[in-house]
Amino acid sequence: MEGSNLLLPGYLSVGLFMFIVGVVGVIVRRNPIVIFMCIELMLNAVNLTFLTFARFRPSPALHDVADPQIYMSGQMMVVFVMAVAAAEVAVGLGIIMAIFRLRQNVDVDEMNLLRG
Amino acid sequence: MGNVFEWLASQPEWFRALVRVILIVVPILTLVPGLIWYERRLLSWMQDRIGPNRTGTITLKSGKKIRTFGLLQPIADGVKLFFKEDITPTAIDGFIYFIAPAVALFPAFALGLTLPWGPLDGPLRLFQPVADVNFGVLYIMAISSLGVYGVVLAGYSSNNKYSLMGGLRASAQLISYELAMGMAVASIVLATGSLKMTDMVAAQMEPLWGFVTVFQNWNLLNPLGFLVAIIFAICIVAETNRAPFDLPEAENELIAGYHTEYSSMKFAVFFMGEYAAMFVFSGIFAALFLGGYNMLPLREEVLGGATGFYHTLNYWGAPLWFLGKCAFGVTVFIWLRATLPRLRYDQLMNLGWRSLLPMAVANFMLVAFWIVATASYGALVGWVCFLGGWAIVAGAYFALTAGKRKTSAAFQTRTVQMVSVAPRIVHEEAEVAAK
Amino acid sequence: MNTEMMFFGALAGMAMISAIGVVAFRDAIRSALCLVVNFFTLAFLYFTLNAELLGITQIVVYTGAIMVLFLFVIMLLKVSGPGSLQEKPEIKWFLGGLCGLGLFGAIASQIMFPFLKSENAPPVEGWGSPMNIGKALFTQYAWPFEMASILLLIGIVGSILLAKRRI
Repeated sequence: MEGSNLLLPGYLSVGLFMFIVGVVGVIVRRNPIVIFMCIELMLNAVNLTFLTFARFRPSPALHDVADPQIYMSGQMMVVFVMAVAAAEVAVGLGIIMAIFRLRQNVDVDEMNLLRG
Repeated sequence: MGNVFEWLASQPEWFRALVRVILIVVPILTLVPGLIWYERRLLSWMQDRIGPNRTGTITLKSGKKIRTFGLLQPIADGVKLFFKEDITPTAIDGFIYFIAPAVALFPAFALGLTLPWGPLDGPLRLFQPVADVNFGVLYIMAISSLGVYGVVLAGYSSNNKYSLMGGLRASAQLISYELAMGMAVASIVLATGSLKMTDMVAAQMEPLWGFVTVFQNWNLLNPLGFLVAIIFAICIVAETNRAPFDLPEAENELIAGYHTEYSSMKFAVFFMGEYAAMFVFSGIFAALFLGGYNMLPLREEVLGGATGFYHTLNYWGAPLWFLGKCAFGVTVFIWLRATLPRLRYDQLMNLGWRSLLPMAVANFMLVAFWIVATASYGALVGWVCFLGGWAIVAGAYFALTAGKRKTSAAFQTRTVQMVSVAPRIVHEEAEVAAK
Repeated sequence: MNTEMMFFGALAGMAMISAIGVVAFRDAIRSALCLVVNFFTLAFLYFTLNAELLGITQIVVYTGAIMVLFLFVIMLLKVSGPGSLQEKPEIKWFLGGLCGLGLFGAIASQIMFPFLKSENAPPVEGWGSPMNIGKALFTQYAWPFEMASILLLIGIVGSILLAKRRI
C-alpha cells in the first residue's frame, strides 16, 4: 500500500496547482468574465483541498470511530462554498452586464471611473 | 431462456455491466429511426394528411403490392443524410463546431442508464438500471442539465446571428425549466425518502393513498404526485426543445435555430439526440410517475385467484410494459406538437418562473406538511391536511391577484428585454450600411 | 502503481491541463469550455474521494447552472458587441506564469513533505452518502445552512436589481 501514501500529496498538489493557475489568471487577464472564471477555479481548488483533508485526515483524535457523522465538517464546508459561489456568480455576472450596458466595453484595465 | 440468464449471472461483474449497457444503448439507437417514422405517420394522421407511406412497398410480378406503411422511410432518410454533401461554413469556430453534435448526443444516452427496465429480483434483474446509484434523481438532474451545452455550442460556433439567438434562447429556457423540474421532483423524493430510481419504483407499489390495498400508489394517481407529474411533463417537453417549446429552433423566426449551419450527418446527430432524449425522458417520467415496469396499478398480493396469472404476466413482461409506457410518453410528445402552437418568449418565461416554479415550491412544502401529518395522525388526516393546504394556497393566490391579472400584460413585456438585444443590433447595422 | 493511482493520475492530468486552458485561451468561450471540463473532472475526483453526493452536486451546480450562466453572458456580449472580448498576448502573461510557477514551488515544498510519510485514514462507510450529509446539514449545521439560504436570497434580489433597467 505504498501507492496510497502518495494520494494525499497528489490531491493536494492538484488543488494547489489549480489555485495558482487561478491566481495567475486573475492577475494576467483583462477580460472580467475570464477573471471571474479564474475565481471559480480558485474556489474549486479550495473545495478539492477541503475534501482531500476530510477524506484522508479526519480528526486525528477520533481516528477509528465508525460513525460518519463526526467526519462531516469538510463536506459541509464544500456545500457552503458552493452556495456562496452560486450567489457570487449571479451578482457578479449581473454587475458585468450592467457595466457593459453602461460602457459597451468590458476591459477591466479601462474601468477606472473610481480613480481619484 | 432460463439458461441464458443463469450463464449471465455466473459471469464477472464488468461483463454483466457491459451487457446491460448494450441492452440500454442499442434499443435507444435502433428505436430512433422507428420514432421518426412514428412521429411522421402519427402527425400526418392527426393533421388529416397521408404522410410517408410509399418507401418499402414491394410490387410483385403479379401486380400485387406488399405494403409496409412506409416503414423503410427512416432508413432511406438515413442513407440520404449519410451521402449528402457535408457543408462546412468558412467563418465557423472550428473545433467547437465539430464537437457540438457529439455533446448534444451524449446526455440522452447517459440518462438512459438510470431507466429501470425490470424488477430487481429473479432472472429479470438483468434489466435493472446500469447506474442504480444512490443519488439517481440527482444524476438525472445533472445529466439533463448538460443537454444545453450541445445547443449552446452549436449556436455559438456557427457564426450566424440566428444560430446564436437559438443558442441564447435554449440556455435561458433550460435554466428556467431545470429549476421547476428539480423542485417538482424534490416533492417526489421527499415523499419516497430516497433518491434511488429503483426505490422510487418500489415505493409506487405500496397501497394507493396509504389505505386502498387493491391498487398501487402510482405517483400520477395520488394528489401529491399529480400536480408534480404535470409540471414535470411540461418541463421535459421544454428540456427536449420540442413543440410547443421549440423556440431555439423556431423556423419562422430563426430559420432552423442552432442547427441552421449544420448539414448531412452532423445534422442527423442533432436529430438523433432530440429523439433519443424524447424517448429517455418518457422513460424517466414512466419510472417516476407511472409505476415503472408494472403493467397496471394493481397489487399482486390482493388479487385472490388471479394472483399467480397476473404475477407471471407482470413479471415476465416487465421490460415490455416499460417500453409501452415510453411509447405512450412519445405519443404524448407528438400529440402536443400537433395540438399546441408555439409559445411566445415572454409566455415561456412566465410559465416557467411564475406558474410552474411557485407551484412546485408550494407542493414541496405541502408534501413536507403531509409527511408530518401522516406520521402523527394517519393517512386520512394527512390527505385532508394536504388538500386543505392546497385549497388555502390556491385561495390566497386568487385573492391576492384578483384585481391584477388583467393589467399584468404591461409587466410581461419587460421581462424579455435582456434577450431581445439582437433586433437593436441588426437595426444599428442597417443604419451603418445605409450611411 | 495500483489502479487507484492510475485513475487519479488521469483525472488529475485532465484537471490541470484544463485549468491551464482556462487562463491560456484568448477566446472567452474556450476558457469557459475548459472550465466546464475542469469542473466535470473535479466531480470525478470527488467520486474517487468517496464524496459521491458532492460530486454529483458539483455537476448540477457548476457545470449545469453556473457555467451555463457564464456561457449565456458570453453569448449575450457577443450578440451585442462583437470583438469586445478579444485580448492580445502580452509580456505580462509570461511574467505571470513565471511568478505562478515560483509560488507553486514555494508552497508545495513547504506543505508536501510532511504528508509523504504519514499514514492515511481508512475510508468511513457512508461518509459521502446523501443520507449522512442531509443529517449533518439539518442538525449540526442547520444554522449555517439557513445563513446560506439568506445569502442566496440576497443574491437573487441583487442580480434582479442589477439586471433590470426599471424596477
